[in-house]
Amino acid sequence: MRRKNGYLTAGLILAGLTAALILLGFFWTPYDPNAMSMDRTGPTLAHLMGTDNFGRDIFSRVMKGAGATASIALTTVAIGAVCGTAAGALTGYFGGIADEILMRINDALTAFPSVLLALVVISVLGPGKKLNVILALGLVFIPSFARITRTAFAALRDVNYVKSARLMGAGSGRILLVHILPNVMHVLLPALTIGFNNAVLAEASMSYLGIGVTPPDASLGYMLSEAQGMFGIAPWYAAGTGLAVVLMVFSAGLIGEGLQRRNGEGA
Amino acid sequence: MKYAAKKIAAMLLTMVVVSLLTFTAFSLISGDAAEIMLGTQVTPERLAALRSELGLDRPLPARYLSWLLGFFTGDLGMSLQYHQPVRELIAPKVLVTLCLSVLCFLLITAVSIPLGLWSASRSGEALDGARTVVNQLCMAVPSFFTGILLSWGFGIALKWFMPGSFPDLGEDFFGAVKYLFFAAVAIAIPRVAMTVRMLRGTILTEMQKDYVRTAISRGAPRRRVLYRHVLKNSLAPVVTFLAQTMAEIVAAGIVVEQVFVIPGLGRILVASISNRDYLVVQAIVVILAFWVVLANTAADIINQRIDPRLRLGGDA
Amino acid sequence: MRKKLLALLLLVSLLSAVLCGCKDGSAGQAPADGQEPTIGSTGETANEITVGIAQDLDDSLDPHKAVAAGTKEVMFNVFEGLVKPTSDGDLIPAVADHYELSEDKTTYTFTLREGVLFHNGEPVDTGDVVYSIQRCADDSEGEPLVPALSAVQSITADETTVTITLDQPNTEFLSYLTLAILPEGYDRQDTAPVGTGPFKFVSRAAQDNIVLEKFDEYWGTPAYLDKVTFKIMENADSIIVSLQSGAVDLFAHLSSTQAAQLQNDFNIEEGTMNLVQALYLNNAVEPFDDVRVRQALSCAVDKQGVIDIAFAGYGHPIGSSMYPAFGKYFDESLASYYTPDLERAKALLADAGYPDGFSMTITVPSNYQPHIDTAQVLVNQLSQIGVTAEIQLVEWGTWLSDVYAGRQFQSTVVGVDASNMTARALLERFSSTAGNNFINYNNADYDALFAQALSTFDDAEQTAVYRQMLENLTENAANVYIQDLADLVAVRKGLTGLQFYPIYVLDLSTVRCE
Repeated sequence: MRRKNGYLTAGLILAGLTAALILLGFFWTPYDPNAMSMDRTGPTLAHLMGTDNFGRDIFSRVMKGAGATASIALTTVAIGAVCGTAAGALTGYFGGIADEILMRINDALTAFPSVLLALVVISVLGPGKKLNVILALGLVFIPSFARITRTAFAALRDVNYVKSARLMGAGSGRILLVHILPNVMHVLLPALTIGFNNAVLAEASMSYLGIGVTPPDASLGYMLSEAQGMFGIAPWYAAGTGLAVVLMVFSAGLIGEGLQRRNGEGA
Repeated sequence: MKYAAKKIAAMLLTMVVVSLLTFTAFSLISGDAAEIMLGTQVTPERLAALRSELGLDRPLPARYLSWLLGFFTGDLGMSLQYHQPVRELIAPKVLVTLCLSVLCFLLITAVSIPLGLWSASRSGEALDGARTVVNQLCMAVPSFFTGILLSWGFGIALKWFMPGSFPDLGEDFFGAVKYLFFAAVAIAIPRVAMTVRMLRGTILTEMQKDYVRTAISRGAPRRRVLYRHVLKNSLAPVVTFLAQTMAEIVAAGIVVEQVFVIPGLGRILVASISNRDYLVVQAIVVILAFWVVLANTAADIINQRIDPRLRLGGDA
Repeated sequence: MRKKLLALLLLVSLLSAVLCGCKDGSAGQAPADGQEPTIGSTGETANEITVGIAQDLDDSLDPHKAVAAGTKEVMFNVFEGLVKPTSDGDLIPAVADHYELSEDKTTYTFTLREGVLFHNGEPVDTGDVVYSIQRCADDSEGEPLVPALSAVQSITADETTVTITLDQPNTEFLSYLTLAILPEGYDRQDTAPVGTGPFKFVSRAAQDNIVLEKFDEYWGTPAYLDKVTFKIMENADSIIVSLQSGAVDLFAHLSSTQAAQLQNDFNIEEGTMNLVQALYLNNAVEPFDDVRVRQALSCAVDKQGVIDIAFAGYGHPIGSSMYPAFGKYFDESLASYYTPDLERAKALLADAGYPDGFSMTITVPSNYQPHIDTAQVLVNQLSQIGVTAEIQLVEWGTWLSDVYAGRQFQSTVVGVDASNMTARALLERFSSTAGNNFINYNNADYDALFAQALSTFDDAEQTAVYRQMLENLTENAANVYIQDLADLVAVRKGLTGLQFYPIYVLDLSTVRCE
């Protein structure tokens, strides 16, 4: 545990680099990501990742697309984590009949494969809208966060410092937020990185199915599925977008790995 | 036996909740179904007539019960889009999708357990870090992207299979399995990585326990301790984990089926969602969810055989 | 202890039973295992081909009810009318052997061809013909299936002839008799269609395939192929891979990007799609109810730019609802009626009260890549005059129900085809009362011209009126017209005989393996 945690450092560096490119993309890209031209090339110095079938600069589009993907994934995870933790905290801490019912529903929800559940939610909300994609995926992630945090909250319910806080007259809300939540963070943080990765990959899958975010505000997922259609003549398109997706998920994965090792799991 | 019975009862309860959730969600929007069918020729009278014909005017619980009854007797209603019974429409596809998920499950199990053991036994060696990195990379590539790479590599370059020509499951079972194998690989790669990582973690935690340390310090061969005791005690969580991946296998299958042009439930599910052919969607969703619940229950029962300690734990 | 022993014993015996079972099973299956792959590895003999199509035939297989061009395209091989179109755009007798037109040009007398059979083996009699025409002309439930048939005054039949009397002469009437002749009293056309064409329908697996087989008792030149499987594949990547791997032999309507990836094993044949591709505007909703806004969009869009960027230069610019294959109606000059002129576009927008532009949604069917590509270029071009367009991809079925039937849309990029070789087939839909006027075009002059065209029996005069209608559409910028798409068809080397038609069909009866 005292050993230097290389995964965390490497992950943070990669993630920082990605985040920097994304943030830069909000203000500046080498080319206008939507400007079309007849200029179609593979990777060159002028176009680092080449241009796509409409002559648009892929690197600029990847910067923008990564921003779209990251914002979708982050919002999604935020929804899942906040709602899931709330549900997990309440059921785990109080237990009782509400716990039984909620966990039954939770079990049922976990029986729906993630993309399937997202598809169903999308079909209710209507396809093609960014907000709907976020809502659908956010809902999908609630059960897993609820399950993880419930176990943690239940375990901490009867530990001594919680008991003493209760004896000193602290309200349930205070106990949950101030006393237990910080001690749940060590399971919550790795879960957040896993959730982020699942969100990126799920959004990509939905784009591939044609019900994710639609062009021209393309997410990485959409671009990747589009790139697959011209793999034979423009492999650099798939390579560039694929690299961006992998980099994003990989860096978050490393951070998760690092966090878990710091907790002494899977050392 | 008691444990199994209890698990099966819990499974049935979950199934009821699953179907109830699905049914309610779709009933909330299926008011549209009659309108969709009528399209431009909608008038209040026709709408009312069609609604009563479809049974949409009955109360929700009654509709749910008759639908559930229909589900188990094979009567899933008529597809709005295809004017065909839903059962007829999806029956051959269910088989294909289930075949794919079973194949994929076997593949993951067969590959990840030895790999996990190997990875754990080499823990702390020079290449440990590299292995972790490879593992994380495998988890970072979307399955549909792996799928297209496999199609080009094994389908076009090596010609080991012919992408786009899925043989009929009934006529050429082995050809179909061979075809499905490549799709299964695309789905399996990230899941194998996850399982290996999980198994490695469990084994290493187990190795820290006193009985293992004692055994090794007394001179029992490390390898023997690993296979005899540690693996046995690490197996139960892995089985649970594997069963949980069934949901992900099914989810990834929906997407990867498209890449390989496999006539499973994926394509018709997506199309039916967009076409608002709710009876079809509802049937598929419930079938897939039941399949997942079934896998999880089976895992619980198997686990209890492996590790009787769980009998006391109840449904933790 | 004893219990445990018992359990162990039970387990061992169970295990051995399972193992034995396995052995038996594998022994039984071994020969099958050896044989199976050789039979099923390709599943194709020389006379079968697999044709890829991008959308399922999911509206209705009944030829009178089908509206999707993709459905009609495939089912062209299964059905025939009294007359049928040729690849030159002429009409030749099919189910009819010949016909006569009376002096006053109002009475058609068709003599049925002898020995024409339906795919179910029954001979075609005059009752079937009368039934089929009446089915399309029936207006008891609102709009008849084929509105033009309301011109029919009476249909009578004897043993071998069918006589159709019109209320007035109509030069285009014959084209409508390409409508499919169906067996009377057969009620499963929706799912198991029966016609008289060179191929018979065998099966359909939803979202998977449609199988047609050669109809051996076909009256005319028999098809060369014994079996055609239409395989549905929507993703651009799957299409390319399936063609490359040899699983699919023919694929029509490819994008130029797709075609560029296939040149080794395939001949890329180029025809035209015979579609009017346009940014169709819902003339009844804001802001497109203002002619100046529509004109502004027309000025902002650079047709040739669309063709160059998204279609590698393949495609024919058009300026109204007419494509070049129609010859006499097509007016090349309309294509340049609006030249790309951003200043003028902005001025028109400002005039209409949108000096800063506006936001709009372009609904595009997700399975038609050319339309998606066009829409993407349009979004880019429209942004230059401050119009922010957002693309919404929808499934084909949703497009049909929401946009086409429901008219719930702002704008859409799609191709509109002609069901037969008449100007009316393209132009009737923009008359204000037409049931398929999905853009809600409402122009009194246009309606008057259409009425005039219908009452004119002189071909030259009628053509002139139709050309005026086309100008009307252009001047009022009913839609932002773009192009007639190039139809790039990948045909595996060794397959020949594919013919292009001036209507949107894929005739497989002439395709053969060398």
